[in-house]
Amino acid sequence: MTVPTSATGGSGLLVPPVALPGLTRLRVGWVLAGVAGIVLALVAGVVIGPVRLDPLGVVKDLIGLDSGLSASDRTIIYELRLPRVVLAMLVGATLAICGAAYQGVFGNPLADPYLLGVAAGAGLGATIAIAVGGTGVSSTPMYVPIYAFVGALVSVALAYLVGTAGGRRGSATTMILAGVAVASFMTALQIFVQQRYQETIREVYSWVLGRLTTAGWGEVLVLLPYTVLTVVVLVANRWVLDVLVLGDDEAAALGLNPRRTRLIIVVVASLGTAAAVSVSGLIGFVGVIIPHTVRLLAGAGHRVVLPLSLLFGATFLVFADLLARTLLAPAELPIGVITAFFGAPFFALVLHLSRRSLS
Amino acid sequence: MRTLHPKLRAVSGLLVAAVLVLAGCGEDAEPTAAAPTTQASPTFPVTVTDGAGKQVTLSKRPTAIVSLAPTPTEMLFAIGAGSQVKAVDSLSNYPAEAPRTDLSGFEPNVEAIAGYRPDLVVLTDDIQDVVAGLAALDVPVLRLPAADTLDDTYRQLTALGTATGHPAEAEAVVTKMRADIQQIAGSVPKRGDKLSYYHELDQTLFTVTSDTFIGQIYGLVGLQNVADSAGKQGGAYPQLSAEFLVDANPDLIFLADTKCCGQSTETIAKRRGFAELAAVKDGRVVELDDDIASRWGPRVVDFLRVVAGAVTQVPEPVPTG
Repeated sequence: MTVPTSATGGSGLLVPPVALPGLTRLRVGWVLAGVAGIVLALVAGVVIGPVRLDPLGVVKDLIGLDSGLSASDRTIIYELRLPRVVLAMLVGATLAICGAAYQGVFGNPLADPYLLGVAAGAGLGATIAIAVGGTGVSSTPMYVPIYAFVGALVSVALAYLVGTAGGRRGSATTMILAGVAVASFMTALQIFVQQRYQETIREVYSWVLGRLTTAGWGEVLVLLPYTVLTVVVLVANRWVLDVLVLGDDEAAALGLNPRRTRLIIVVVASLGTAAAVSVSGLIGFVGVIIPHTVRLLAGAGHRVVLPLSLLFGATFLVFADLLARTLLAPAELPIGVITAFFGAPFFALVLHLSRRSLS
Repeated sequence: MRTLHPKLRAVSGLLVAAVLVLAGCGEDAEPTAAAPTTQASPTFPVTVTDGAGKQVTLSKRPTAIVSLAPTPTEMLFAIGAGSQVKAVDSLSNYPAEAPRTDLSGFEPNVEAIAGYRPDLVVLTDDIQDVVAGLAALDVPVLRLPAADTLDDTYRQLTALGTATGHPAEAEAVVTKMRADIQQIAGSVPKRGDKLSYYHELDQTLFTVTSDTFIGQIYGLVGLQNVADSAGKQGGAYPQLSAEFLVDANPDLIFLADTKCCGQSTETIAKRRGFAELAAVKDGRVVELDDDIASRWGPRVVDFLRVVAGAVTQVPEPVPTG
């Protein structure tokens, strides 16, 4: 987002716009920028929407002052907009930090949180839930998310088993290949189930693309513990990730068990991703562009990338969702379209600018 | 993303297929140049223009018809050609005596279709080049895409009547439909105010605008669609924001997702922000049969009857002042 530059500029902190060689320290300015971004996203997300509300009144109401808003306005704010904004924050933060962790642990810049088949597995789980459960299933709270969650975890477990089968040590590359294989397998199964139950296509489709549109506090409560767990474990392991980047042998020489460490990080990141996917459907790109943008702007070390990915991921997805529900208002756009459409060019711009300032 | 993209593509491809079936592809179906047959027993060969504007010639009266979509199946049985139907696709659940098979109109398999040795195949969409595949086997194919207007429905019935040797019965069905629709629309009392409605396709708030076939049916009884402002940019089948719907507060809510997605008056009332909607509070949520509300066959009349009944029950507002 462009938020950080203006925010830090305003506070008078001078932050170089490019990554310094080696491992950078996490600067207070960037953290402040991230927090400012989140606050801005929260306010913008709640104030702006297809239904025009008095912005000042909304802000007053949010901080508990007498706002003069009607009961139906307050329903719109507290039952429809706020949970959606909060869910977007949690999903964005989770996907971004998990993406950063995956890239670190696999030493692959293209690794995204769906790498080990989480998305395909969740899709299969959701499809089975809708197909087998029959009518009315998706109005049963949390029924589909539970299946999606299980599907995602089964995928990751399979990928891990395949990647470490035959006594191989489960190197990063084997894991990635195993993930690709498992994802293809899961997708094949999902399409097979979908074909067998064609009347469910519409429902499966709306699960795949549309979860934030009907977000409520229930989804927020389900996701929150996983986000907290994922964030705490990953941020606590930020040093370990920096060591893993050096390579398995070097990490072992420094007293780490690379295999076990990788397992812990992968399991936690997968758990978080699975939880996010199960309540929000598939939202691409966040897990790749946010960590990379942070690396390019603020520095490469995981001490920087993990916390900032969390903050900017949350901010990014709230703004993406804001566009999704206002661009064609009162019609909605799938949020995955927004994250890719605006994320990809923005990422290219960041890449271009940072290259130029480096040379 | 490497997993997301192919998946999205696959799924959206299927959606497009679904929407095509639902919406039709907007092709202008020329008025069917049905061979005017006045004799009691129609003579073959006949040539009909199908819904895609293509001339199809049948050398003899078909006796092994395969229908690959629910609406053509309903039409065939309505015009008395049911006994000539040999197989229908897996979604053709009406009428009950239709010979349902596991054939699919979404993923048509030419070999599986040919296995029934059809002398006429009726379908709505040319998916995966199935028309060319059947043409290679010299099987006549009548394409009847989703109707955009009631006139399209009438033309399709007429074309089917000619093609199957039931022109008089088809004409009778059309005449009765026209009369019934006129009678039902006329039976709705005129009101001073215009009632608004929301037609729900699924619980993620996909809906229709007045530009669709189904939207036009609502228009027949003077209802106003709350989604029309979304239609300009969101297409004929937009997904609405929940807050927009809550704010628009439609007088009537029609659920066309009772079978697919298990929605009902109760589930609607439990949604966040929906309990306060006038339609929910005053019991004006109408549970439709998804099938009837998404097909453009003879049962459109039943659909209109339900809608008209719901409108008639809404009391006229007490004039103020």
